[in-house]
Amino acid sequence: MLFNRFFRGLSHTSAWLVLTILFAIIIVLFHYSKSAIGDFGFFHFITNSKWIVGNDGNGGNFGGLIPILGTFLSSLIAMVFAIPIAMGIAIFLTEIAPEFLKAPVGIAVELLAAIPSIIYGMWGLFYFGPLLQSWFGGQSNSLLTAGVVLGIMVIPFMAALSRDAMNTTPSVLVESAYSMGATRYEVIKDIVFPFAKKGIIGSVILSLGRALGETMAVAFLIGGVFRFPNSLTSATISIPVLIANNFGEAGNLQLSAMFYMALILFIISFFTITIAKFYFLRKTD
Amino acid sequence: MKLAIQTKDFSFTYPKTKEATLKGINIPIYANKVTALIGPSGCGKSTLLRSCNRIHDVYPGNLYDGEILLYDNNGEKAENILQYKKENDLINLRQRIGMIFQKPTPFPMSIKDNITYGLKLSGIKNKTELLDRAEIALKGAALWEEVKDRLNNSAMGLSGGQQQRLCIARAVALKPQVLLFDEPTSALDPISTASIEELISELKNELTVLIVTHNMQQASRISDYTGFMYLGDLVEYDVTETIFLNPKEKKTEDYITGRFG
Repeated sequence: MLFNRFFRGLSHTSAWLVLTILFAIIIVLFHYSKSAIGDFGFFHFITNSKWIVGNDGNGGNFGGLIPILGTFLSSLIAMVFAIPIAMGIAIFLTEIAPEFLKAPVGIAVELLAAIPSIIYGMWGLFYFGPLLQSWFGGQSNSLLTAGVVLGIMVIPFMAALSRDAMNTTPSVLVESAYSMGATRYEVIKDIVFPFAKKGIIGSVILSLGRALGETMAVAFLIGGVFRFPNSLTSATISIPVLIANNFGEAGNLQLSAMFYMALILFIISFFTITIAKFYFLRKTD
Repeated sequence: MKLAIQTKDFSFTYPKTKEATLKGINIPIYANKVTALIGPSGCGKSTLLRSCNRIHDVYPGNLYDGEILLYDNNGEKAENILQYKKENDLINLRQRIGMIFQKPTPFPMSIKDNITYGLKLSGIKNKTELLDRAEIALKGAALWEEVKDRLNNSAMGLSGGQQQRLCIARAVALKPQVLLFDEPTSALDPISTASIEELISELKNELTVLIVTHNMQQASRISDYTGFMYLGDLVEYDVTETIFLNPKEKKTEDYITGRFG
């Protein structure tokens, strides 16, 4: 009886703790970004492409356009790169691979997901960035390098989730399509994909959420300069990188502007995850 | 009488099993008749049914032995379907021999697209022809009146019985020679079951039916011939009336009178 009550109390506290932490973070972000919100407003802040520290070290003119753009564009490149490859892996693992290959390839994909992001960052910095530069010109640390490496990072995650979604296709439905004279390709296109559509979209959105918030690898690869990206191969900056690079020596208003950036990133990530959840929840009804 | 299918010493072994699931089956399936396969669970009746359109081949590693002869429409020339190797041969086979499953299997698309799915796969692109044949198939399955106003709605919204009739219509639209039914009414209520049985009885004017059923009343109601299977053997095969009223084998009699199974 005593144990029951103790356990009940423990699980209640744990559950509420999560909500408390969530709200505490939102409140702190709001509190510290108040002066930047007051000074720059919303639309002016997100359309302003300047980030100039004032002479006294405290004031300045801060705008979020470039990091927001950098975050979106690098994530977009990541998605464009990752989606076809991840889908290919997922289809291979569910419909094409012979039985003896499914387990080892599946495990390899999951292991790939476990590599720390800094390793991807170093690999990109020393090997992949220069390689891309030799193909496409421009800078070796650029939007393209960051985007493609981000894409490689999220591929295993996306592939594993999509595979799980495709595996939920009832085998009798697949057999039914074959029994109508469908080819393997037609079964995948007409049955497996439509059936797993919501799970696949969910996996893409969750991966997008990861790409948006990734700090370490992108900090290595995007260049970290506050400059408008004129082309795919030019260096720029993203929100997490801006915050990570400038946190140490920032003055009052700049610090506030960075909290404002963090708040915007939080809202973007929150919405992508909410949309993903919405899809996952709808799938189960 | 014309033959539609005939198996000769047909044996089947699933992957990673030593013992054959079907052992030397010899059974004739007559054209434009309903042949029922009965027997206790695990006797191999579904395995035999699923061999007739080689749907086992969706999964690798099965072992076929012997022959399954598929006759042409005149019941004269026959091909051994176990010799098919290429994907194209299997596709042709499956368009000649359709299959209905235990649970209704509507595809995640509209009612109209479900019906025209097989036709589109077989290469028909003309929209009016697709619609015409969909209408004929739906009328044939006594489903037209119920769905004609919502052909573009998802097939998932239909009731279980309607979904099963949709699947039959979908298979019939391809004008197959043979339809295989794998316990088609075991997930349905009695009224839907009756309508499916009626449909099967009508279908034999156009094609040959091979049906696996757990329900012996169903076998006696709708079939012309019945095969009783037990532990991978075809114990007895005869005219349905003989099997149910005057079986020769003790095992058959025991099963039919409910002494085991």
